[in-house]
Amino acid sequence: MQLVLEKRAERSGTIALVSPLIAIGLTVVTMIILFAILGKNPLLALHAYFIAPLTDGYSLQEIAVKATPLVMIAIGLSLCYLANAWNIGAEGQFLVGAVAGSWIAVKTQGTDAGAWVLPAMLVLAAAAGALYALIPAICKVKFGASEILTSLMLVYVADLFLDYLVRGPWRDPNGFNFPTTAEFDPVATVPLLIEGGRLHLGSIIALLVVAAAAILLGRTIKGFEIRVVGAAPRAARFGGFNANQLIVLTFAVSGALAGLAGIIEVAGPIGHLQPGISPGYGFTAIIVAFLGRLNPLGILIAGLFLALTFIGGEQAQIAMKIPLDVTKVFQGILLFYVLACDSLILYRFKLSFPNRQVARGTH
Amino acid sequence: MELIEAIILAVLAASTPLLIAATGELVTERSGVLNLGVEGMMIVGAACGFAGAWLTGSVFIGALFGIIAGTMMSLIFALMALGLAVNQVATGLALTILGVGLSGLIGAGFVGERITPAVHLAIPGLTDIPLVGRVLFGEDGFVYFSIALIVGVWWFLYRTRAGLILRACGDNHASAHALGYPVLRIRTFAVMFGGACAGLAGAYLPLAYTPFFIPGMTAGRGWIALALVVFSSWRPGRLVIGAYLFGAVTILQLHAQGWGVGIPSQFMSALPYLATVIVLILLSRARSGGSTAPAALGTVFVPDR
Repeated sequence: MQLVLEKRAERSGTIALVSPLIAIGLTVVTMIILFAILGKNPLLALHAYFIAPLTDGYSLQEIAVKATPLVMIAIGLSLCYLANAWNIGAEGQFLVGAVAGSWIAVKTQGTDAGAWVLPAMLVLAAAAGALYALIPAICKVKFGASEILTSLMLVYVADLFLDYLVRGPWRDPNGFNFPTTAEFDPVATVPLLIEGGRLHLGSIIALLVVAAAAILLGRTIKGFEIRVVGAAPRAARFGGFNANQLIVLTFAVSGALAGLAGIIEVAGPIGHLQPGISPGYGFTAIIVAFLGRLNPLGILIAGLFLALTFIGGEQAQIAMKIPLDVTKVFQGILLFYVLACDSLILYRFKLSFPNRQVARGTH
Repeated sequence: MELIEAIILAVLAASTPLLIAATGELVTERSGVLNLGVEGMMIVGAACGFAGAWLTGSVFIGALFGIIAGTMMSLIFALMALGLAVNQVATGLALTILGVGLSGLIGAGFVGERITPAVHLAIPGLTDIPLVGRVLFGEDGFVYFSIALIVGVWWFLYRTRAGLILRACGDNHASAHALGYPVLRIRTFAVMFGGACAGLAGAYLPLAYTPFFIPGMTAGRGWIALALVVFSSWRPGRLVIGAYLFGAVTILQLHAQGWGVGIPSQFMSALPYLATVIVLILLSRARSGGSTAPAALGTVFVPDR
């Protein structure tokens, strides 16, 4: 018995729509098996993961807070992936943005600096993220160095640099030697949307980013160029589109968005700079981008869904002692199923029985 | 003298996992498949390798566990990228994300445990020779195996018919298919070999490098192994040089931290990663005339029927 792929005459539109749902369904089935192996009641575990966080207001806000960086980063990554540019170092661009923005917050700490502080932090973070993403992009177009490897290596560099800053020059002198900066001043903090809640202005920014990306991809020539360069490089060359320029552009935009997400996370929910500000947002955003079919609206939904798994994972850990790593396994399996189901859009899967055919031929 | 010997020993130890993982990936890529999941296969190999050694008390069985775990991971990749013709870059990333989670899950029960690390060769007389004795005759089995492995791979790729066919698949899958070679089957074996090597390389870390398991202990070595394959221009000889150079950078920065050079330790720790970026740039630049990569590397192949 052999699995054979048969190319469809044209993309299957129906499957393009339902494939993320099939993928989620298959993931849930796999998770039930995994929970059973771990000796946990699968139904209770699924409830803790997917239902419990949706039942109280605090968790709902927390989902939006977690989805904010995921959606912002994934929107940028989707532009890269559409243009066939493989930025997988968003985690590093996120950290560099957080560091650059925090620089203003740290330097103005305790001064009577005005309302310009937060906007300046956001702008600087976006610029720093963009510049950091430009390193692999320029290495790619100038020297042909694999952007996959360079962008990933820079994640480790950014992580170590942040670590150096909060253990060295930026450490809070009153922080009992913990590797963290002092709490940011109110002017350097992302304002909350509801007093006493968790939801902050960053979620609004993320929604604006989604809208902007939808307009860019759906309504502008640049967006069209990005899609053509990725989908049909030869046609793009005949059309006179500059693929290298688009690699640089998409990397810069995605770096800027990741950097912005970084500072919003630090100046918002966290409130200070410390190591471990990201539970792998930059990598999870890759899953979000694919699960959302590289489409802005899809990414918004996918971001909320993966945020749910983060919150659900934490609740399942507290309530049922399920290890946090299960969330990562879940996310990895989900990405596999999403990719496999995407294959169904282009191909039909068939099982063939070559031996039997041979037998028939000899009769 | 003793310091030089210690440094050489440390460099060999740091290079060995890179060399083993990169050797596997070299074969995979020579068959035309880009498996970016080396880091994920390595980290699962590390967790399973440690689990195996801890449960049985045998480093050898631990290494076998690592090899099996890496191979199983690579089979997932083969099913996706070869069986279902999914984009190889995305599949490799998924494999790494899954591997990091799985290794945390498998290794959680073993954090804080210790095992007796792999024994080192000891030949009375020979091992005691100053400077070279321990370097040549006092290593653990992984080090000798890694050298045998790369020599074997060189011989296979350039001196056997099977190696020629494998390279043909990597350079032009359509022609190899037209000649009647089972491209996808050959590539599956190449991917499995890569997975076995990555698993073994991962297992080396808790079995010989440090005698305990820490989550995330591969620390990007899988990615550096991928960069090494590019560095080597897909040639086994240069891969050896590259692996030992990178091992040397890693060890030198560790020693520099120990000597108290006035540079913050984080900057020194960033050196191997920065070195990777710089090497990739320099090599890609030097090679601007034409690529030495297998021509079909990373492209999807669906045989016509």
